[in-house]
Amino acid sequence: MLGFAQLFASRLVKAAAILIAIVVMNFFLVHAAPGDPAMVMAGEAGAADEKFVTQLREQFGLDRPLYEQLGTYVGKIVQGDLGFSYRQQRPVWDILAERLPATLVLTLTAFILALAAGVALGTLAAVTVGTWADSAITVVALLAYATPIYWIGLMLSLFFSIQLGWLPAFGYETIGAGYTGLAHVADVAVHLILPVITLALFYMASYARLTRASMLEVRSLDFVKTAKAKGLSQSRIVTRHVLRNAILPVITVAGIQAGQLVGGSILIETVFAWPGIGRLAFEAVLQRDYQVLLGIFLVTSIMVILFNILTDILYGLVDPRIQVSQ
Amino acid sequence: MTRRLTGIPASFQRGFRRSVHRAAAAGLLAAALAIPGTAALVAAPAIAQETPVRGGVLNSIVQPEPPTLMLGLNQQGPTQTVGGKIYQGLLTYDQKLNPMPSLAKSWTISPDGLTYTFKLFENVKWHDGKPFTANDVVFTTSKFLMEVHPRARAVFSRCESITALDDHTVEFKLKEPFPAFIQAFEVSSAPIVPAHIYEGTDYRANPANNTPIGTGPFKLKEWVKGSYIQLVRNEDYFKEGLPYLDGITFRVIPDAASRSLALESGQVQQTQYSDLEPFEVPRMKTLPNLTMTTAGYEFVAPMAWLEINHRVKPLDDKRFRKAIAYAIDRKFIRDKIWFGLGRVPTGPINSVVKFYDPKVTTYEPNPEKAKALLDEMGLKPNGQGVRATVKLMPMPYGETWTRLGEYMKQALGKVGIAVVLESTDAAGWAQRVANWDYEITTNFLYQYGDPALGVARTYISSNIRKGVLFTNTMGYSNPKVDELFAKASQEIDPAKRQEQYSEVQRILSDELPVVWLLEMEFPTFLDKRVKNANTTAIGVNDTYESVWLAK
Repeated sequence: MLGFAQLFASRLVKAAAILIAIVVMNFFLVHAAPGDPAMVMAGEAGAADEKFVTQLREQFGLDRPLYEQLGTYVGKIVQGDLGFSYRQQRPVWDILAERLPATLVLTLTAFILALAAGVALGTLAAVTVGTWADSAITVVALLAYATPIYWIGLMLSLFFSIQLGWLPAFGYETIGAGYTGLAHVADVAVHLILPVITLALFYMASYARLTRASMLEVRSLDFVKTAKAKGLSQSRIVTRHVLRNAILPVITVAGIQAGQLVGGSILIETVFAWPGIGRLAFEAVLQRDYQVLLGIFLVTSIMVILFNILTDILYGLVDPRIQVSQ
Repeated sequence: MTRRLTGIPASFQRGFRRSVHRAAAAGLLAAALAIPGTAALVAAPAIAQETPVRGGVLNSIVQPEPPTLMLGLNQQGPTQTVGGKIYQGLLTYDQKLNPMPSLAKSWTISPDGLTYTFKLFENVKWHDGKPFTANDVVFTTSKFLMEVHPRARAVFSRCESITALDDHTVEFKLKEPFPAFIQAFEVSSAPIVPAHIYEGTDYRANPANNTPIGTGPFKLKEWVKGSYIQLVRNEDYFKEGLPYLDGITFRVIPDAASRSLALESGQVQQTQYSDLEPFEVPRMKTLPNLTMTTAGYEFVAPMAWLEINHRVKPLDDKRFRKAIAYAIDRKFIRDKIWFGLGRVPTGPINSVVKFYDPKVTTYEPNPEKAKALLDEMGLKPNGQGVRATVKLMPMPYGETWTRLGEYMKQALGKVGIAVVLESTDAAGWAQRVANWDYEITTNFLYQYGDPALGVARTYISSNIRKGVLFTNTMGYSNPKVDELFAKASQEIDPAKRQEQYSEVQRILSDELPVVWLLEMEFPTFLDKRVKNANTTAIGVNDTYESVWLAK
């Protein structure tokens, strides 16, 4: 157990060093893009003069040398302050905190759904390999994987919202309804259905294909034959012996994808007008809202690092042969 | 000559008058058809329909989501549409651009054109309950806007003094005559802000910017960032019985296809400006529950053009620019790229703006003439048929502008001008255009009701300013043009002013500092139940005090 704690601590120290490097790199990356927030705001206003742009640059601190801006920024980050969005006149943390729940509820629901359905379908396909069920699952997975995600979203919304009128076409909640408690949860859940299905379909497809391929490989290994020879039941062989060994590649891929969950749903959030962080990031890029963009980068980096550590721990739990070492 | 224009108080009478008019028209029609009984049948529902009723919430779209609703600090399009319900200017304008009362009930202009006196409505209150007085107008125009609003700064810096004669009278004294002054009081050009909140503070950092306090018929109730902006009825609005609506909700819908769906499914009852892509417009026009109008954009009157950097050869030669003008088919651009929205321009001034003159050099599509001009310049085709290569950076403002760029490449290619398309995003575009780092780009500018406010800025040489957008970025310079624009901006005799503007239009249409492509029109879609919307030159940006929803 001591080894585990030691490992965890050393991973955290490494992670912190990586984070600082990421912050510095991101800082230069966003400032390398042409134009700045003052220019964007002048462009939006449809009229400008020197004073307008100069005032904004002074207010945003953009008139300071770049290294000084970096110093100020890193100094704040170390103190846990993500900075201030001058465009929106609010602290970056407040903006992120407002958008983060919407994204997390969308992506986590989709992720869990995709993982469960993907592994189940993949297993089913592998068990029934060569039959119509296998072919159907393979075709559906291929289609879902290859079709542009925003197109699926639009078609679902066209069918279920416009034609049938069953579900809301977009948005996070019913505006002005003022629901509280359970009614609010139900309201958000109804709005959640279409975006979650759209997003989950894509991930589900990749998990299903991965599970199927991996299971087929493991199925022909000697220990499975031994298990059969022992007279174990088919379901026990599949779940305990085959699936448990076949699931490792799925965990690897899921671990990587989970890290991207926070930033990875820009298209879905745009199509369904979902007030999440992916859209915020996209808009921040266009508006050169440096501090917001850097804040989002930081949060997503932390998520990626955390999920990587989590994946490593999971490996050890699923397959005790994998030794956690430094 | 003193022009005294008395305000029509209670503009809700408009709705009533129109209803009488329509009922009468329906009656006449029935009478003409001489079908007994029809008159009553037709007229009765018309009257029932056209009597304004209280209540209901109008849903619309706000796109893109503005950074703030404090209209004095930000004049982005969406800020104007939402902020125009919260804040008010002294004036608004009818669709012929004549001034109409808003916070000012009447006004006079002295015969020498130097003194403008505004009488304000009394009993107007700010949303926090404090009274609105002439002091607010003086503070706004002499201090607040001078500090933060580039367009207003250019106008109000012409004032020698701005004084409150009493609590409800304001007097502007100009240094020199500037007849366009009366066009500069619309809500986005000069939104009146509360002195008691802003005076003596850091305007941009004032916490009240998040909870805008205006005088308008609607107040901000809630703004959930990324989702919606909810406005509610101002119960203390100074016009008795107005507004009719209980509220207006603006939804943030970032995807163009989803915006079309929202309108189609009735979740929103109004779209404006560029909410819908032009290619969606013909289809939406056919939907039975919607009406479409392009009226209500007369104040902005956008003009789109090819902006050409005269510092790059051979773009400095007017024959080359004329060749471009002959090589393209602007009717095709209007019909196939903008799907019929807009008008083919003749010269620098949009035909709905004052002092427009159609008698100028025009350019019908004529590729042969274009080739002849290029031959004359000595630009002969090489082995691949290419006479010259130019770089075109389309404006990154959506699909339509990209298509325009592709059309340009094709059309100019046919006369031997090879086009290399460059792509960028909004920030990069602004940076490069402002710093003259381009060869040709597409651009569109608003004309703000008067050539002195929105047209001259593009062509006068004193406005060649590096690093600033929407200036004379081409580097075009003609002393005669400078002189005519300067004179006309101060000429108080409208006839003489017209002569000067006509001459400048003739010179510019011959020299083609830019190649005008389209007098842009925006579609406003309204659900048929929405009444009385879009009655002024600022259309969807107006207060909506007399807009109502039929049940």
